Amino acid sequence: MTTPLLDVSDLRVSFKIRSDGDMPWTKPRELKALNGVSLTLNAGETLGIVGESGCGKSTLARALIQMVPATGKVLWQGQTDLLTLTPRQMLAYRSQVQMVFQDPLASLNPRMSVGAIIAEPLRTHHPDLSQTQIKQRVQQMMERVGLLSNQINRYPHEFSGGQCQRIGIARALIVGPKLLICDEPVSALDVSIQAQVINLLAELQRDLGLAMIFIAHDLSVVKHISDRVMVLYLGRTMELAAAQALFAHAAHPYTKALLSAVPIPDPAKERAKQMIPLEGDLPSPMSPPSGCVFRTRCAIAQDRCAREVPALLGTRHQVACHLVNTATLEPV
Amino acid sequence: MALLDVENLGVTFATNDGTVTAVNGVSFSLGRGETLGIVGESGSGKSQLSFAIMGLLAKNGRATGSVRFKDQEILNAAPSVINALRAVHISMVFQDPMTSLNPYMRVSDQMAEILTHHQGLSKADALKACVRMLDAVKIPDAKGRIRLYPHEFSGGMRQRVMIAMALLCRPDLLIADEPTTALDVTVQAQIMALLRELQAEFGMATILITHDLGVIAGFCRDVMVLYGGKVMETAPVDPLFESPSHPYTRGLINAIPRVDTQGETLVTIPGTPPNMLRAPKGCPFAPRCAYAAEDCDDHLAPLTTFAPGRLRACNRSLEDLA
Repeated sequence: MTTPLLDVSDLRVSFKIRSDGDMPWTKPRELKALNGVSLTLNAGETLGIVGESGCGKSTLARALIQMVPATGKVLWQGQTDLLTLTPRQMLAYRSQVQMVFQDPLASLNPRMSVGAIIAEPLRTHHPDLSQTQIKQRVQQMMERVGLLSNQINRYPHEFSGGQCQRIGIARALIVGPKLLICDEPVSALDVSIQAQVINLLAELQRDLGLAMIFIAHDLSVVKHISDRVMVLYLGRTMELAAAQALFAHAAHPYTKALLSAVPIPDPAKERAKQMIPLEGDLPSPMSPPSGCVFRTRCAIAQDRCAREVPALLGTRHQVACHLVNTATLEPV
Repeated sequence: MALLDVENLGVTFATNDGTVTAVNGVSFSLGRGETLGIVGESGSGKSQLSFAIMGLLAKNGRATGSVRFKDQEILNAAPSVINALRAVHISMVFQDPMTSLNPYMRVSDQMAEILTHHQGLSKADALKACVRMLDAVKIPDAKGRIRLYPHEFSGGMRQRVMIAMALLCRPDLLIADEPTTALDVTVQAQIMALLRELQAEFGMATILITHDLGVIAGFCRDVMVLYGGKVMETAPVDPLFESPSHPYTRGLINAIPRVDTQGETLVTIPGTPPNMLRAPKGCPFAPRCAYAAEDCDDHLAPLTTFAPGRLRACNRSLEDLA
């Protein structure tokens, strides 16, 4: 068996929250944003992460690259635990793991030219390169992501949203990463532009052999681009399976509800669709339900669900639910 | 008689950089109880169209053409005229429920205000009606929660409050401007189901403005496709998805990744939407259109009926696109 590129086990992130009116000596309350998430990612593979807002998708991405403090293990190529590295040691790995952010314009410095923005990671990680080499590489990368290389001296505000996202992608790819983490890269874009960026990402991934963690709330986008998909709810993994299997035979009640809520652009299908209603809102992560975190909104929850936390079981198609047989993936 | 008749509506904004044409010659009519979906990308003018109807344009905006509501001209009407219509006859649900509710007022106060102001009810009667309406939009424990402030509600609940407020006076026309865009997909499904239910119950005509063709498919009877401030196509919802007659609609439908089918590479529309500071003289879609010819840059064929209920504005004939 080959060593996975990334092997994350029991990743936990909690934030300390002080409420208004707390006395200075009151202990801050703990918000568990991620509660024991494990995953593996092979080289060249795309893992999609979906869930409602507040489920911990973005926290997961940030925890992997030490943008938020986390506990657990993040093994890189089976050797280095990224979480134990000092910032100086981490620097060497930052060129291997790069990130693309949600808001294309806000993630670019408005006072830097596009050339300077894309070149910055290169200057950081390869200080030995000459000006000419840097400019050459930047121009190559701009062409690669579908920008004109003569736009190198322009500023971000002169570009449209889709083009800004291309700049963000160029900036991430210029140092030749092995893993690209995309946090909602297309949710701020219009449909026609979104399709362009998705195709670009898929193409770059194929050509460069990138591994990708693709975070989105839009299930159709995730289905389109991912090899495997992970469904998060309140900081816990509900289901993890190959994209095709997950969308064809979702096993977890939450995944089923999530899938049935996606509007289908086909009037006949949309009218005939059986909706699995998901009542109410996401419970507060400050005081998550006992046992299975999903039980408060689950249509088939039983007494047992309130007492025991279901483990993520199964081999290729993993499900965390007491009421699903993990071998057959049918309800018990 | 149609409930709402919009004719040749244009919206322009005077900015420091020049005149921005947001809406350009849009006409449509809506009967009682009908549901119309308006779909378009950002900058297509779909929101400004509804703001113009409601008289909510920004100070530098100018609306031309005609909007007749129950045979009364309401475009650029005096504030007294339009104020009498708002909430009572036409009401609106906005995209962002947090910024459209007053954060300093209890939900009870801002809801009751509508009834005391427009229908002259006493505060106590108004509050009773408000609680009933909050029940109708399925807010649990409406009686207790009406005393809360907007920030104490979740996003989905806030949107329910907005919908309840919009329906308080049982309007004839509801304009919903991207009512679910800020919400999670599960909450979006709840809100759309609620809107469908209320629409059937109260029978108000509804204009649903959105960029999401999936939401349109489940809610509307007719669809109008806007691009660059112009109407590209109008059709009943089924034929629109089955056999889109305009290259832009086709591109839009093909560009959506879908959960119900197995897709390969998405078919994209090349290029970017037009800059409305220099509104194109001809077809706004021409620079991105695979079927465009020279004449498309200079003029756009008027919106013409080619089948019952179906209109299209395109210089190429349907045979050309086949």
